Amino acid sequence: MPTKLVLLILLAAFSTQTQAKETPADNYKAYCTQCHGSEGTGKGVNVRDMTVVPRDHTDAKAMSGRSDETLFKAIKEGGPSIEKSILMPPWGATLSDEEIKDLVQHLRMLCKCKFG
Amino acid sequence: MKRIIFVALLGFSGATLADGGMLQGSCATCHNTKGPAAQTLKTAFEKKGPDLFYAGNKYRQEWLVSWLQKPSRIRPAGMYYGGHIKAGAKGDEIDASTLTDHIALSKADATSVAAELMKMKPHDNLIAKEKIESGTVPKQMGEMAFNKFLGCMACHLIEPEYGGLSGPELYTAAKRLQPQYIASFIRSPQAWEPKSMMPNKNLSDMNIQKMVHYLETLSKEDANAN
Repeated sequence: MPTKLVLLILLAAFSTQTQAKETPADNYKAYCTQCHGSEGTGKGVNVRDMTVVPRDHTDAKAMSGRSDETLFKAIKEGGPSIEKSILMPPWGATLSDEEIKDLVQHLRMLCKCKFG
Repeated sequence: MKRIIFVALLGFSGATLADGGMLQGSCATCHNTKGPAAQTLKTAFEKKGPDLFYAGNKYRQEWLVSWLQKPSRIRPAGMYYGGHIKAGAKGDEIDASTLTDHIALSKADATSVAAELMKMKPHDNLIAKEKIESGTVPKQMGEMAFNKFLGCMACHLIEPEYGGLSGPELYTAAKRLQPQYIASFIRSPQAWEPKSMMPNKNLSDMNIQKMVHYLETLSKEDANAN
């Protein structure tokens, strides 16, 4: 029994190390704020010449019109996958599905809203 | 005679030490010269300059020699934009006071440092996968791709005064970078830098070739001389 326990602990330690999951706040800061802004209001450093303005993530009305699945899809596959702008790129090769799910929850925190 | 050879050898080893010394000394204070690439965002956020440990797979040697003597900013918002923005009237803007200039080297130092950098090629395997065929892309078509089909302009300046600011400027990319590197990086930025801010846009082989050709066209324009 103690051997099994040790093995389990080792396994847990090892898998945590290999996953290296980032926090949603850090992922948001790294990849989202360049367009969506440091406050999440859609006023990032990149927006000056854009023809379509990035979504304001603090806009509860607009954000509650999108389901978690739609938000997940937009992040993973990019704007065109939900018939939105090409300027929103796909982050599926950058973020794991779990990290994207966490980001969706981070967006819910920013908008202080739920779907519907 | 023996003494002359000894002195010559001493001089040579001194020069070699100086090159390696500069790279692993002053260059290494801001650049990752030994690898591996940042594996966590915490490390990526702290980067002050691009990784150099695969410089020989990435840069054009003649560009390195010239740029190191007369460095100019390639990333308008610094290496990681998050550390160089402030709240402005219309939203986030670049806080220029936080950006530092790259030091300029003498011609001799630039030449020897560039030669040392070109030896650093840990990613020959990625480069070998890319075959660039010659070709051209009409300017209008390239512009459409950058703006409407691929959206590169969201994060990159595609002309000196047009485009996004978080990424490196694109209009000088082909002057700075080897074509196979451009292709490989577009194909999978994460293969080079797991925490790269550049997304993988799943471009087809044909579109990757087109982008390389268009970047070459762009960097040959007089207006984009840099």
